[in-house]
Amino acid sequence: MGMNITEKILAAHSGRDSVRPGELVNAKLDIVMCHDVTTPPAISMLQKLGMDRVFDPEKVVVIPDHFVPNKDIKSAELAKRLREWVRKHNIKNYYEVGENGVCHAVLPEDGWVLPGRTIVCGDSHTCTHGALGAFSTGIGSTDLAAAIYSGELWFRVPETMRFVLNGSLPQGVYSKDVILDIIRLVGVDGALYKAMEFTGPVVDALSVEARFTIANMAIEAGGKSGIMNPDEKTLEYLRGRTDQPFTIYTSDPDAGYAETIEIDCSSLEPMVAYPHLPSNGRKAKDAGPEKIDQVYIGSCTNGRIEDLRIAAEILRGRKIAEGTRCIVVPASTKIWRQAMKEGLFDIFSDAKCVVSSPTCGACLGGYMGILAAGERCVSTTNRNFVGRMGSPQSEVYLASPATAAATALTGRITDPREFM
Amino acid sequence: MKGKAHVYPRDHINTDEIIPARYLNTDSESELALHAMEDIDADFLKKMKPGDIIVAKEDFGCGSSREHAVWALRGAGVACVVAESFARIFYRNAINNGYAVVECKGIAEEVKTGDELDIDLTGGVLRNLTSGREFRFVPLPDFALKIARAGGLLQSIKKS
Ligand code: SF4
Repeated sequence: MGMNITEKILAAHSGRDSVRPGELVNAKLDIVMCHDVTTPPAISMLQKLGMDRVFDPEKVVVIPDHFVPNKDIKSAELAKRLREWVRKHNIKNYYEVGENGVCHAVLPEDGWVLPGRTIVCGDSHTCTHGALGAFSTGIGSTDLAAAIYSGELWFRVPETMRFVLNGSLPQGVYSKDVILDIIRLVGVDGALYKAMEFTGPVVDALSVEARFTIANMAIEAGGKSGIMNPDEKTLEYLRGRTDQPFTIYTSDPDAGYAETIEIDCSSLEPMVAYPHLPSNGRKAKDAGPEKIDQVYIGSCTNGRIEDLRIAAEILRGRKIAEGTRCIVVPASTKIWRQAMKEGLFDIFSDAKCVVSSPTCGACLGGYMGILAAGERCVSTTNRNFVGRMGSPQSEVYLASPATAAATALTGRITDPREFM
Repeated sequence: MKGKAHVYPRDHINTDEIIPARYLNTDSESELALHAMEDIDADFLKKMKPGDIIVAKEDFGCGSSREHAVWALRGAGVACVVAESFARIFYRNAINNGYAVVECKGIAEEVKTGDELDIDLTGGVLRNLTSGREFRFVPLPDFALKIARAGGLLQSIKKS
């Protein structure tokens, strides 16, 4: 039996010819990414134990994003600890405010994510980077400390669930709707401990940016990683972003899978995941008249330039509903600049949306755009847990940028096809 | 270990509920502990005594990778979490901290809040001293017990 892409990458990084699901391996890491919430505790642990060492400063990429520019004194202290550590160890790959953004947007944008690489970060949405054919997974702070110190980590080789996305996407349906439908289908622990491999004609047809949205939400089905086999579009995306060599691994035709699920995407419709689980997907067109207080467009799921263009197309020349506020947060500095250049900020501002600086923003309810008790938010992010964006009595509804923009215009959950 | 059970008979208790993001501006265990489980049960800390045990259903600790969830529970004095299953990153974080987690199918139906539990982590036996019933679970694999014995993943790396 052959191996799938995940098994091949893990085998190559642990000095083995082959691996099987369930085996424990020690894998060498190509990129260790660090942000401002989970890294400072890792640094403290290493320092306390007299292990304050960085295995290879070239392979460590530091991108503060959650609470920067600092939201209060405590978060300023976290960012400062991170900055001091970066200086001490001469880590060059550091993205200060002014060139930063959500770490999962910046990492691939700047060519750190290459096919065949192993990537970890103290953040559950590290699965995003599998869209370029890398093995990429989220870890906690102790794992992060071990990764920084030794450049390797133990992994249980995951079983892989394969999702074959057939057909083609109808108008108004985007990769966000696809992944919301998959999570609805398998549940928030349907892929627990497993790698989710996405393939099929719909994946082939999607842009790389749209693919990130799908891989990003693998964790919302409990997955250890999301992954796609690299193709021409992957190589096109990488052109100009890197001069580093890389190895392309692809799944063998006779590779083993725990399960294969075929999905007919031609029949999908715009989706909204209702509170308080990403698996509570329903059709946007069946939504009730409940008032939506806030719309959020941004995050590592849907804050890239294509997402902003889609939202702007719907908002162009219109005004958002009275009593609804709309916050737009481009996911990185480069995206922010590009959106400005294309005139998208004018469109957003004319529609009475506010555009903010590139960070995690309102996504995790710790920083800005926080919801009061009883408020409802339609958000292009990835999680709608209790209290995720503010008060435990607030509600978050997950949707695509198109559905979010259409909702901003009407003040109630709206199928974007009404504005197309 | 012995302790009193606090049962949260729910699936998918996530790390945003265990320690909300609004408190992630610190990594101090004692400060995090003040907000442990706050969004699930505002009175959690009042009910909890050091050494007590949380019992829950499937997929405990899903969502964000924040290890702060393990620290908040440990800081609050929760000696162990028993669940029918765990989310991957929480489980891994617990092992890396040498923090006790027990995966035991069907347990949430068999334990009531206030029951006295006695857990043999290496032997894989959980006794409900209140009901007198006994349950078996698969103990953590050897490498995880080794990490726990060293006091955590980093300590075990440092040793080797
Ligand atoms: S944008 Fe949201 S989900 Fe993405 S890394 Fe930031 S807080 Fe996490």
